[in-house]
Order: sequence, then C-alpha cells, then structure tokens
Amino acid sequence: MAHAAAAPTKQMTFGEAGSSLTFAVLAFLCLIIAAKAYTPEYAFHAYLFTAAFAASAFTIVNRYYDRPAELPPLTIGGKPNYNMGPVKFSTIAAVIWGIAGFTIGLLIALQLAFPALNFDTAWLSFGRMRPLHTSAVIFAFGGNVLIASSLYVVQRTCRARLVGDITPWFVVLGYNFFIVIAGTGYLLGITQGKEYAEPEWYADLWLTVVWVAYLLVFLGTIMRRKEPHIYVANWFYLAFILTIAVLHLGNNASIPVSIFSPKSYIVWSGVQDALVQWWYGHNAVGFFLTAGFLAIMYYFIPKRAERPVYSYRLSIIHFWALIFMYIWAGPHHLHYTALPDWAQTLGMVFSVMLWMPSWGGMINGLMTLSGAWDKLRTDPVLRLMVVSVAFYGMATFEGPLMSVKAVNSLSHYTDWTIGHVHSGALGWVAYVSFGAIYCLVPWLWNKKELYSMKAVSWHFWISTLGIVLYISAMWVAGILQGLMWRAYTSLGFLEYSFIETVEAMHPFYVIRAMGGALFVIGSLIMAWNIWKTITTAESVEEAALPAQPVLVAAE
Amino acid sequence: MLETYKFLAGFAQTWGLLYFVLVFLGVLVYALAPSRKDRFDEAARMPLQED
Repeated sequence: MAHAAAAPTKQMTFGEAGSSLTFAVLAFLCLIIAAKAYTPEYAFHAYLFTAAFAASAFTIVNRYYDRPAELPPLTIGGKPNYNMGPVKFSTIAAVIWGIAGFTIGLLIALQLAFPALNFDTAWLSFGRMRPLHTSAVIFAFGGNVLIASSLYVVQRTCRARLVGDITPWFVVLGYNFFIVIAGTGYLLGITQGKEYAEPEWYADLWLTVVWVAYLLVFLGTIMRRKEPHIYVANWFYLAFILTIAVLHLGNNASIPVSIFSPKSYIVWSGVQDALVQWWYGHNAVGFFLTAGFLAIMYYFIPKRAERPVYSYRLSIIHFWALIFMYIWAGPHHLHYTALPDWAQTLGMVFSVMLWMPSWGGMINGLMTLSGAWDKLRTDPVLRLMVVSVAFYGMATFEGPLMSVKAVNSLSHYTDWTIGHVHSGALGWVAYVSFGAIYCLVPWLWNKKELYSMKAVSWHFWISTLGIVLYISAMWVAGILQGLMWRAYTSLGFLEYSFIETVEAMHPFYVIRAMGGALFVIGSLIMAWNIWKTITTAESVEEAALPAQPVLVAAE
Repeated sequence: MLETYKFLAGFAQTWGLLYFVLVFLGVLVYALAPSRKDRFDEAARMPLQED
C-alpha cells in the first residue's frame, strides 16, 4: 500500500504458492479420474472438478500479478479493515439460489397436483427434483445466507478483519461449487438416498475440506478479536459450524466402490443407519436451520431496531439449553419403527423439553423490540424479521406436539409434516434471511437505504399470503390424509384405498402450489429491489455517516 | 455384548445425567451471577456499537 515506508519486494505468500500448486495437481488428477470413470455422469463431474481446479490455480496466480506487493492491512487509521468481498459474493449467491430453489419447489408442488408435469423424462421427475428443491433452499439459499451473515457478523462484533487471504474466498467459492456438484448430481441421478444428505462420497469429501476451512476462518477471526467478550451470535454460529461438521462426518461414513465410481456404501446398517440418519437429519434442522438463523436474529434484530438485546442472560441460557437438548431429539423421526422403544421415548421427551429454550429465545427476540414497536409500522424489513420470530415460535410449538407418539401416529408420513416444515422454512428461515439480506445489501454496497421500501412491503404481504395458503392447505390435507388412512369399516377393513386418499389431496395440492407461486413472486420482487439498490440507490456520503467509510476502504 | 450395553446404559443414565445437570447449573450460575450484570448489559449493546 501507499503508506509503506520502503517498498518491499513482491513475493508469493505461502498460501498463494501452496494453493495454486495444489489446485494444479488436483486438476491433473481429476482429469485422470474423468478418463477412467465408470459412468458418463461421474466423468462429467470429474471434468467439472478439473475445470474448477484449473480455473482456481490460474486465478490465484493472476491475482498475485495484479495485487500490490503488500497484502491488505488489518487496520486502516486504527479502524478494522473489514474483508467484505466474500460476504458480497455469498449474499448475491443466496438471492440467486433462493429464486432457483423456490421455483423448483413450485414445480414439484405442481407435479403433485398435475403429474403430467413430470414430462416423462427422468431428469425432471419428482424423485430427482425434490432433493434438488430441498438442497437448493436449505444448503444453497440458507447456506449462503449463513456464510455471508456469519462472516459479516464475526468481523463487526470482533472488530477484526477475516483471517486469511485466499481462504475466505475458498470457503464461499468452494461451498458454491459443492452446490453445483450436488445439484447437477441429482439431475443426473447420482444420490446416496439419504434425506438432506443426498450427495455422494466425493461431494461429501469436498464439502468436508471446505467446511474445515470455514471453521478455521471463523475461529481464527474470533481469536483475533479486539473485543474481550465473544458476542452471543458468534456462539450460535460456532455451534452451527462445529455441529454440522460432526453430523456430516457421522452420517456420511461411506466407502466408495472405487475412486472411479460415484457409488458408495454406508458403514452403518439397518436401524443403526436409520438412527444415524435422523440424528443427522434432525440436527440439520436444529443447528443449520435453527442455531445459525438464531445468530442472525441476535445480531440483525437489535441492529435494525436500534435496541439492545432484551436479556443477554436469557440469550446465554437459550444457547446452552438449545444445543444440549436438540442433539437428542432425532429419534422422534422413527416412532413405531424397529428403533428400541426407549430411544423413541427419549427423542420425544427431549423434543417436548425443547419448548422451553425455543420459546425463551423467541421471547428474547420479540422483546428486543420493546421501546421500538412503532418501527414495525414504518420499517417493512424489521416487520419481516419480527414475523419470522413469530413463525419460529409457532413452528417450535408445533414440532414438539408432533413428536408426541400419539400425535405422530396421526401426522407421520402425511402432508401435515410438509406443512410443519414449511411454516418453519418459509416463515422462519426464509423471512429472517430476507430480513438479513435487506439489511446487508445497503451496508455492504455503502448505500443509504434500499432502493424501494414499498417493494419490501409488497414482498412481505405477497409472500405472507403465500405462506398462509401453503400451511393451511397442508394442515387440512395432512389431517384428512391421516384420518383416511386409519379409517376402518364395521367389518374391520380399511375404508379407503390408497388412491382414494391421493385423489382427496388434489384441491389442497392446487392451493399449496398457489401459495408457492406467491412466495416465488415475492422473491422476484426482492431480487429486483436488490439489483436496483446495488446499481442505482444513493450512496452514503462519507461525511454524513462516519461509521461507514471503513467498508469503502475494505474494497 | 449385553454386559457392555448394560454398563454403558447404566453409566449414561446415572453419571451422564448428573454431569449434564451440573453443567447446566454451572451455565445458570454463570449467566445469572449479579457480579456479571454490567458486563452482560454491555454485551447486549454490542451490535449497536459502530467503529
């Protein structure tokens, strides 16, 4: 940089030399795998890896020639020199993946109502599109929101620049490359058939490397902090990153047939495999979709409402109680199966106990608005986030209820489960994410405010209507379905054939698809608003708001 | 096999339970101790501080 006393000679860092060399070698190895692959689909993935590795090696060397001799300083004029490039990338990626994921969700909702929409092709069949939808919304949309917000929040609350030069970019680009591999894999029919963990062994291996890098960047930044106290949002993010790493390793302990084959076999068998799968599956809900997004709640709601956290002490108890209990709740997915009865009861009891931390957290989030409730009337972004916390409360009330064996005997395998999941996914996860994105974009691109607050309001009302249509249709459909399945005639025969229950679902599936369409429209309004904010909205005058210029310096 | 299972289940149901209860009590003491009130009130304002 300009203020360097004596211009040092420019040298490649260990990271630049090491990573470009590693990527070059990996590109060569993947080319060999592509040539010897057992199936054309696997060869396609090997070629994708080759291209990505080669492009990475090339970009790192190119970046070295373009950059000044010194790496960006940790502070400029005593203020932290934040690294917001990777945060910007993940924020935009979240918006794009979100629209893709919601649209595929709409397609599969329509397929259930009108099966002709499977178009008689394997690629567009429900069986392949469904994991594409779940992975796109959970891991691509939600994951990018979590990565973007966590890398933003950890820097701001630690008052420190992200650790690493190439590593933060490796995390965001590597994660999104994993999404591409997973998504194209489903379309081509590559899956290990584990719900929410469909990607095969090589994609899992790649995600492990990326995730460890993510953990190191996050932890390293915390260790570099200028603030003595680690803010509660960072605790939630850390629990999310660490637990997902453990769950991912446990649930994907599989042995590939060959390095040239996409197929692998899991080391667990029978009911143990089922238990590990739902230990993973439920904690993906608990730590990915809950702990991570609670971190967003604990930073973005106080920030937007300009109020301190209602009770910081409650947030600490909330954190420890939540992570203690969630980890045991998984067996409630296996009621009335071969799983030992005591394990089912254990899962049920812990699920019911989760009421306490969940509602404690909800109350903490909502009460943070005390003294600022009037802002709900004027600020649609805050409204999105507060409604999300209300949905969190609703979904975490319904979940424990459904985990009770007697209720589960009615609700399991029905659309009630789908309704429950979507009240959490659309109402809680997506809404708090939209709120975070609407906050982040003006902050990151140094804009005074979003391009259009009116558009945020439209987004809010259109998608809220969509959610209401979606979940009410699924509640009715699910309970109807459950009751039809268990109805007996006076002679002891089942009263309805299975196809009759499917027929009865049709009107509700149409209503659900309408709700989904409204949700997609809302997300398109958001994308337009974000685009206009970045390209045309008024910039913050440096003199007007002295807090912001550090963001300019970071670029 | 059954002996190992019985031993582990017994250990988890007694000492494991005690351990978790104690750890949780420790969390409660840490969070609610009056001596930390000022520190936590300050921490509650962390998102609002600008640099």
